[in-house]
Amino acid sequence: MLLNINNLQATIDGKEILKGINLEVKAGEIHAIMGPNGSGKSTLASVLAGREEFEVTGGSATFNGKDLLDMAPEDRAREGVFLAFQYPVEIPGVSTTNFLKTAVNQVREHRGLEPLDAVSFLKIMKEKMKLVEMSQSLLNRSLNEGFSGGEKKRNEIFQMAMLEPQLAILDETDSGLDIDALRIVANGVNKLRSKDNAVIVVTHYQRLLDYIVPDYVHVLYKGRIVKTGTKELAMELEEKGYDWIKAEVEAGA
Amino acid sequence: MNQQTETFTQSIQNKLSAKEGTNKFLNELRKRGIQAFGTLGLPHPKHEEYRYTPIVKALEKEFSDGFAVALPTLSEAEAKSFFFSGLEANRLVFINGHFSPEASSIISPESEIRIRPLSEVSEDVIGKVAQPEKDAFVALNTAFSQEGAYIEIPAKAVVGLPVVLHFQSDSRGGITAAMPRNFISIGRHAQASVVEVYNSIGDNTSFLNVLTEVDVADGAQLDYFKVQTESDLALQVNTTEVQQAPNSRFSSTVLTLGGRIVRNNLNVAQNGSGCHTDMYGLYMLHGKQHVDNHTLMDHRQPNSTSNELYKGIMDDGSTGVFNGKIYVQQAAQKTNAFQSNKNILLTPNATIYTKPQLEIWADDVKCSHGATTGQLDEEQVFYLRSRGINEPAARALLLYAFAADIIEHINIEPLCQHFLALVNNKLETRFL
Repeated sequence: MLLNINNLQATIDGKEILKGINLEVKAGEIHAIMGPNGSGKSTLASVLAGREEFEVTGGSATFNGKDLLDMAPEDRAREGVFLAFQYPVEIPGVSTTNFLKTAVNQVREHRGLEPLDAVSFLKIMKEKMKLVEMSQSLLNRSLNEGFSGGEKKRNEIFQMAMLEPQLAILDETDSGLDIDALRIVANGVNKLRSKDNAVIVVTHYQRLLDYIVPDYVHVLYKGRIVKTGTKELAMELEEKGYDWIKAEVEAGA
Repeated sequence: MNQQTETFTQSIQNKLSAKEGTNKFLNELRKRGIQAFGTLGLPHPKHEEYRYTPIVKALEKEFSDGFAVALPTLSEAEAKSFFFSGLEANRLVFINGHFSPEASSIISPESEIRIRPLSEVSEDVIGKVAQPEKDAFVALNTAFSQEGAYIEIPAKAVVGLPVVLHFQSDSRGGITAAMPRNFISIGRHAQASVVEVYNSIGDNTSFLNVLTEVDVADGAQLDYFKVQTESDLALQVNTTEVQQAPNSRFSSTVLTLGGRIVRNNLNVAQNGSGCHTDMYGLYMLHGKQHVDNHTLMDHRQPNSTSNELYKGIMDDGSTGVFNGKIYVQQAAQKTNAFQSNKNILLTPNATIYTKPQLEIWADDVKCSHGATTGQLDEEQVFYLRSRGINEPAARALLLYAFAADIIEHINIEPLCQHFLALVNNKLETRFL
């Protein structure tokens, strides 16, 4: 078991957002988490990545058997968890190339690998750039500063390719992308798939799932996973919206 | 008026009247300084231009017996240890205000650069740029003026190597005060770069009251740098008065990392059209450091531009002050002036006083200014950590990027690299 989430509860500013999430993710799987606005999708992604504004009030999450919630954000990354941000941060004066060199080598050190010298780093970078059709000039510019929406999301997937995580969480990576950018991003993710890693796709729309085909689709509503199915469930949601799910939940409650 | 301040001012005056050197011109200048100092006195704690910076209080406490100069015990090797490695340069070294011929060397030919000690100057040029009547510390410097550098770049000369002036305070033999005075003249269409470097050594208080007058002639260009890396015991007032002739360029970069109380005054007057001025500043403060940058950009003629960017990082209980004045005189139509001051406070006990001050009498100008103060952006820190970078390294990366922005424009490569190393060193030894 790669990721095991058990009855996870979390609050922000005292407000309860996650009310008992249960989720198991095995290597090689793709899970989609869907749900209406405000259901807790992004909170779940943030809590797993270690964002400190959220307070975990109950439950557990283990990654490869280790307590994930007990780790600092950098340690989660080093263990192999990657979060593709919904809103990638702009950092003036720090280029992607520059900070990734530090990041890749800190991660490698944690995994007991030798640091990459400048030449091998560049070689790997050139390889991974092709995956998401990134240009060298973009990577030498200040991180995300003045990037288009599509460039920011491609940069997220590029970083994922460089860090080679075991679990990638894509937080609404499709938001704000036109169809071409969406295809590039999805292709990048698909090329990085293997039997040893897993992807959690957090999304509002079914569109992205045409390209990244999930094994499981979970519907999150009011802080709980209320329905789990296959990719057909995503199609049904696309067609009928979320109201019938809400009605089912209210009827059951 | 504050009784104590008055007494201190008077005691300085009494000591001054006895002094007289052999250079007739300097004697005249000194008299003017003594007179101006007598009228102005040291600024009162509530003086508008000095209210946030307790330099006078510190001087009263540390130099109640007057501004004595300690014996410079700094050896030639020690003096040279402050040189920037890898930088080929003309160097002039002043130890406790005294010129050190042993540690100094001029390698550029006389066709490019002429340098004389202040005591040998006879021209009536010094004192033309800076008015002792306008500021007490300029007056005090003028009253004391004995040593300093007179640098003259002849017309059309392009000086290939920078001129580095080292001011070193040695307080191992007791408290020490010095008032160096420099004059830099860049001839028509000439080009040069000048670096002032400030260091101190010893366990006692040192005080430097430096005045540098700069005259940039028609079409000339000066790249000017100040690197202040004194110890936590150093007090410094540093005034630079610049006048620019038409079509000249003046670019200043001030890097303040050391010193207990530092007050910088940078006043630039554009006396012609087609001028451009750059003012860059970076202050990175720890402990109880107090650094005050006062700048004045005076646009007097049409069609000129200026660009000013000062940045600060304040840690612990340190204090930064930024006061940026821009004057656009009535004649200075089509002026384009930009000013920005950005600060990061790393603790709740750090303070910044920032004040942009624009006074515009012309009606067809473009002027903008802005000031920001905040903490390190936690969202940026989290982003870097989420990629596997540990927290101290993430913070260092962000602070370094913030600071390096001021330095990266420097096109003298060894100088740029040295400044970046100084910034990195301050980050590693004081902030993390």
